Amino acid sequence: MYPRWLWPGVALPGVVWLILLFLIPFYAVIGVAFGTVNPLLQTPVPAWNPLDWNLGWMSQTLNNLAPGGIYWGAVTRTVEYVIISLALCLLIGYPVAYYIARHAGRTKNLLLILLIIPFWISYLMRMLAWVNLLDPSGYATRFMSFIGFSNLAVHLGLITSDTNWLGGASVTVILALVYGYIPYLILPLYAALDRIDKSHLEASRDLGASPWKTFLHVTLPLSKTGILGGCVLIALPMFGDYYTPNMVSSAPSTSMIGNQIDLYFHGGPQPTIGAAITVVLSAFLVILMGYYMWAIHRATKEAAAS
Amino acid sequence: MTTATAAAAKPEFTLWQRLSGWVMNPWGRPRFLPLITWLYMAWSIIPVLIAIQFSFNDSRSRTVWAGFSTRWYWGDPNDSVWHNTQLRDALYQSLKLAAADVVVAVPLGVLLALGLARWRGHGSGPSNFLMLFPLVTPEIVMGVSLFLVFTHIFTFIHPSTTAQILGHITFSVSFVVVIVRGRLFSIGRQYEEAAADLGATPAQALRLVLFPLLVPAIVASAAITFAISIDDFVISQYLSCGASCTTVPIFIYSSTRAAPLPNTNAIASIMVVFTLVAVGLGYLFYRIFTRGESREGGMTGEMAGFEL
Repeated sequence: MYPRWLWPGVALPGVVWLILLFLIPFYAVIGVAFGTVNPLLQTPVPAWNPLDWNLGWMSQTLNNLAPGGIYWGAVTRTVEYVIISLALCLLIGYPVAYYIARHAGRTKNLLLILLIIPFWISYLMRMLAWVNLLDPSGYATRFMSFIGFSNLAVHLGLITSDTNWLGGASVTVILALVYGYIPYLILPLYAALDRIDKSHLEASRDLGASPWKTFLHVTLPLSKTGILGGCVLIALPMFGDYYTPNMVSSAPSTSMIGNQIDLYFHGGPQPTIGAAITVVLSAFLVILMGYYMWAIHRATKEAAAS
Repeated sequence: MTTATAAAAKPEFTLWQRLSGWVMNPWGRPRFLPLITWLYMAWSIIPVLIAIQFSFNDSRSRTVWAGFSTRWYWGDPNDSVWHNTQLRDALYQSLKLAAADVVVAVPLGVLLALGLARWRGHGSGPSNFLMLFPLVTPEIVMGVSLFLVFTHIFTFIHPSTTAQILGHITFSVSFVVVIVRGRLFSIGRQYEEAAADLGATPAQALRLVLFPLLVPAIVASAAITFAISIDDFVISQYLSCGASCTTVPIFIYSSTRAAPLPNTNAIASIMVVFTLVAVGLGYLFYRIFTRGESREGGMTGEMAGFEL
């Protein structure tokens, strides 16, 4: 009923926008990363033609990112922080999502609202809240000293003194990452668990499986897409995070790969190196991005078919 | 045979056995799950409430309570949000970016959603693919790439308020597309086909049938665009031109690392109110416009900004 040209025509402005302000900017990063540096002004001179690419900065960056290089510490730290944070997020998030989807009953709507509220509170506001709480005289610091947890943490080597939570402790950064990103994991987990057909669980129970076996062999496999999707969804921004460590620690001892990039763009002398690290990071994250996009694509197809 | 029924049949069980039966009973109501859930909820909300509390503190401390006051909102002649030009400008800049973002990103996203949902031909696959990219790209990668494009290719724009607006539109368009496209799928094409059967021209079918049906999704995406623009930090920071481009998140970031006063908490609290009001109004309008429709899935997924 509509003319053939209508729908591509309607999509055109948006597609052009994304080409101009998403694709071309990304090529700008590549151009700068493979370009040269003006020896006098120390400003990047991008190389737009791949035939003119200068591989010097990129190979230097790759060497620095490899074991023994100056960024290797940040690389291992980033991977370590992301993996520990993901594990903690799942450990806390899965029971919460499970309870809301399965057992919340009349409190379900209230819990869903509470679950969604953090989405709409600025991330930096939520970090600011913890900076206040973990200040040497803050509520959380005093509480943890009171129950003796601070001494335990000092004993375990997690913090250097019992009030020094914001002085470059990895444990603070990891907890901040968990606090910051966990809502984005719980929601897809909840959606996946909520979608599971109750009759599968009844069938499993009728066939004699214990609740634990039902969970292990029915619920867990059926929520696999939610787990993977949620983990990828929060791992991607965590790998590029620099503001969380800066807010709650701002010490070199907790610097992540995002901080290395940020240093070269805010105050650092060499945007070319920053661009080269960005290219390497993107190349690494493309696998995760691809998985997530494939999952969205499949969900959209299902929605379109239904 | 489960422990609970056994305990009920034989009341001479010891206290310990009854207790362990109560705790371990696999068929009973879960005991630990609600505990973990409510602890999580408290943990996720209370720190923010305490931060809001200290925005009303009557001293310069953000950690020691000295009584209730509104000095950091308007009382203090130098450092309150109302009187301090730096804070007021940051608030104004955030609102300006969010308003401009909504005005451009919503129409652009609605059109793109319509086009991508219905265009079947060469180029529709890659375009769909391209639309999803901004949703999964880490913000620092987008920030770096927009910064470099405005300093090396589109140099006539250079980092500025305009650049910040363009950046915000670029990352919000895909959110609008996802929300509107979800709505397009759920309403289907039968209403427009019925309109055409009854003699409507394509233009009339679009204007009188499809557009009113899309209004709820348009309102929802406007609210979400406003909220994500106000909360954005990385893109605004990378495209900032210095003091006159400072938004509220940038202010929070830089003042937290210096020596912050409760006025940082005050301006952050104001932003929380703005975002929650925008999203709340969006949700309310969505409910009003979709009254009488079967509510499947509803707004929870859409209000969260993504669907998976």
